[in-house]
Amino acid sequence: MSKEYIITICDGTGCIQKGNAAIRKALEQQLKDHNLTNDVRINLSGCLGMCDKGPIVVINPGYTIYGNVTPADIPEIVEEHLVRGQPVARLAIQEDHLYNRFFRIFGDAKFFGKQMRIALRNCGIIDPENIDDYLSLRGYEALAKVLTDMTPKQVIEEVKLSGLRGRGGAGFPTGVKWQLTARAGSLNSPRAASDEKYVICNADEGDPGAFMDRSAIEGDPHTVLEGMIIGGYAIGAKQGIVYIRAEYPLAVRRLEKAIADAREHGFIGKNILGSDFSFDIDIRLGAGAFVCGEETALIRSIEGGRGMPRPRPPYPSVEGLFGKPTLINNVETWANIPVVILDSGKWFSTIGTERSKGTKVFALAGKVVNTGLIEVPMGTTLREIIYDIGGGIPDNKEFKAVQTGGPSGGCLPAKYLDTPVDYESLAKAGSIMGSGGMIVIDQDSCMVDIAKFFLEFTQNESCGKCTPCREGTKRMLDILIKITEGKGEMYDIENLKRLGSMIKKASLCGLGQSAPNPVLSTILNFREEYEEHVKDKKCRAGVCKKLLTYEITDKCVGCGACKKACPVAAITGTAKAKHVIDQNKCIKCGACFSKCKFDAIIKK
Amino acid sequence: MEVAEKDKKQELKEFIDSVKDKEHGDSYLIAVLHKAQGLYGYLSREVMDTIAQQMQIPTAHIWGVATFYHYFNLTPPGKYVVSVCLGTACYVKGAPQILEAVKNDLKIDLGGITEDRLFSLQLARCLGACGVAPVVMVGDKIHGEMTPKKVVEVLNQYRKAEKKQ
Repeated sequence: MSKEYIITICDGTGCIQKGNAAIRKALEQQLKDHNLTNDVRINLSGCLGMCDKGPIVVINPGYTIYGNVTPADIPEIVEEHLVRGQPVARLAIQEDHLYNRFFRIFGDAKFFGKQMRIALRNCGIIDPENIDDYLSLRGYEALAKVLTDMTPKQVIEEVKLSGLRGRGGAGFPTGVKWQLTARAGSLNSPRAASDEKYVICNADEGDPGAFMDRSAIEGDPHTVLEGMIIGGYAIGAKQGIVYIRAEYPLAVRRLEKAIADAREHGFIGKNILGSDFSFDIDIRLGAGAFVCGEETALIRSIEGGRGMPRPRPPYPSVEGLFGKPTLINNVETWANIPVVILDSGKWFSTIGTERSKGTKVFALAGKVVNTGLIEVPMGTTLREIIYDIGGGIPDNKEFKAVQTGGPSGGCLPAKYLDTPVDYESLAKAGSIMGSGGMIVIDQDSCMVDIAKFFLEFTQNESCGKCTPCREGTKRMLDILIKITEGKGEMYDIENLKRLGSMIKKASLCGLGQSAPNPVLSTILNFREEYEEHVKDKKCRAGVCKKLLTYEITDKCVGCGACKKACPVAAITGTAKAKHVIDQNKCIKCGACFSKCKFDAIIKK
Repeated sequence: MEVAEKDKKQELKEFIDSVKDKEHGDSYLIAVLHKAQGLYGYLSREVMDTIAQQMQIPTAHIWGVATFYHYFNLTPPGKYVVSVCLGTACYVKGAPQILEAVKNDLKIDLGGITEDRLFSLQLARCLGACGVAPVVMVGDKIHGEMTPKKVVEVLNQYRKAEKKQ
C-alpha cells in the first residue's frame, strides 16, 4: 500500500455515547499491526449530523462514510479498504449518487443532498480542537480582511446587505442590531455616555429537543469566536462573553481550548494581528434556567443575579450588560459572519427567500428515520426536510405533525408540509422558526398530551416575575390536565384560547409571550382531538392513561402472567382459560399489557 | 477526610480570590457557585455563608441565586446522579416510560436518593443528544436509545461496578 489515507472519526456527543473511543483504539491497534501508522492520519471531528447511524467513520480520499461501526469491524475495514483499496460495502452508507453542491466530502449520502452548509461548513470536516485545521479552511481570514481592508461601518453595511436575521428565533435583522449598538454611546444617544460596550454570544440553548448550538460549538468553535471578534470590531467593543449552558461540558471544554489557541495565535487579545484593535473573550456558564435565553434575563445572569427579564426598552443595544450597550447574537448567527465577510453579503443574499436569507440549522429529531443536525437553505419545504433528508417516518407509521420552535412554537399538521421554511411562512402557518428544534410526531402521540408537555415545561421555567405568565400558565396547565384526565368540558377549550391570548399579550418577556403557542396551535390544527377527549372521553393515540381501557381478547391462552403482574388484583381467570379485567379495579398502569406475550391485551 | 475538607475550602477560597477583585467581581457569583458545587457536590448553607463572607454578598442574595437555577443542588446528591431526559425528542420516543422504570427500579421519586446513597434521580430538559433519544445520563455518561428494560440493565452495571470496588 502506498496511498495515504485520512480517517475521520466523528467525535460528537452521539458517537461518543455509542463508543467511538473503542473504535479509535481498535483502529490504532490495527494500523500498528499492519505497519500503517505513518501512512494514515486519524482525525477527530465534530458532529456529522448522522447521529442515528453512529459511530461514524469517514475515510478519505474516496469519501467513504461508514456507519454503525463496531470495533470488530475495524480489522475488515483496515484490511479491505486500506490495504486492498476495496471499501467495505457492507458498512458504507451508500445511497443515490450525489448531487451535493458544496462539499464533495459529503458526496455519497442522500442525507446531505438537499443540505447546504454555511454555519456548519466545517463541522465534521475539521478537528475542532486543532486551530491549524480551521486556519487551513480560510479560518480567521475574514477577521484579517475586516482589520486591514474595512472600516467598522463597512462591516455593518456588509452584514446589512447580506439580509442575515437573528437565528435565535425572533429573526431581527442582524445588521440593524449591529448598527443600533454601534451608534449607542455616541452623541446622538445620550442615554449611555460610555464607549465601553460588550458582545455576547447566546449559547444558552434551553429548548428541549434542540442541539444546534451545542453541535456548532463542539464541531467548529473558532468560527463562532471569529464572528464575535468581527462583531466587536464593528460596534467598538473590547470584551466578548460566551454565555453557555453548564450542561454542555464538551462544548465548554472545546471553547476554552479554542480561546486559548486563538489568543496564542494573536487573534484574541491586545492589538489583534498588529492592528490597534483589542478584544478579549470570556466564558460564563449558565446554570439551567430556560428564561435566560431571553436577552435581558441572560444579561442579569451574567451579572451574577437571578436570571429574570426586565421590560424593554431600553434594549440591550442601548443599555445592556453592566448598563453598557451590548450586542447579543445567537451561536448560529455568529457562525454565519465569517462567510458573509469572505463571500460577500451580496452572495449570501442570493440564498434563501425574499425576506429570509441564507440557511438555517435544524435539529431534526423525534419520529423520523434520520435524526440529527441538518442545514438547509431558507425556503426548503418541511416535506423535503422530513422525507428527503429525514427519510420519512419509521415503521410505516403515519405522519401527524411537526413541531418547530420548541416550547415557543407550534405543531403543524400534514396540510402544511409544503410550507417553505422561512420566518414569515412558518409564522403564517401558526408556528415559528424558533432556534431550530424540529420534532416529528407520528400517530402514537396525543396532541393534547404534547401541548401539556410543553406547558409543563414553560410553567416550570416561568421565572415568576410577571403575573400573566406565572399564574396564567399554571391555570392553563390545570385545564389541560383536567382534559387529559377525562374531566374536561367544552368551555374549557374556549377558556384555554382566551387565557392563551391574554398571556401572549400581557407577559413581560418572550417566554410568556410565546408559552401558549403550543396549546393554541394544537387547538387550531387538532381541535378534533381535544373534542374527543372532552366529549367521548377518548384518547385516540392511547397516551392519556386515565382515558384508556385495557381489555383481554380471545387471543388469551390463560397463562396467568397478567394476573401475576397486576398490582391491584383486577385480573381474574383460571389457568388455560381467557382472563378478564375488572374495569372498576383497574388502575391502568399497563403492567399486564407489557407482560402479555401473546398480544392478547389491547388498549382502547 | 479532615484534610480533604480543608483542601476544598482552600481551593474555593483561592478561586474566589482570583475573581473577586476583577472588574464587576460580583458578577462571578454563579461561577463561584459552580466551583463550590463541583467541589462539594451541592451547596450547603455553610458553603453559602463562606462565599457570602469572602465575596461580601449577603447570604440571602446567594440563596436567591442558588434556588433560581436548576443546576444547583441544595441537598447532597447520590454518588451517581441519574438524569432522565424529558426533552421533546425523548418524550415522543417514550421517555415517560423510562422514567417510570427508573423510579420503580430505584424505588425513589424525582429528587429522591436511594438508601445506599448510590443513586439520586432528577429530570433533565434536553441533554442535546436527541439523535439517540431517549437518553438517560448517569453521572456524566450519556446512555442512548434506552428502553425500560435497558435502563435497568444500565443501573445494574453501576451497581455491579460498585460492588467490585
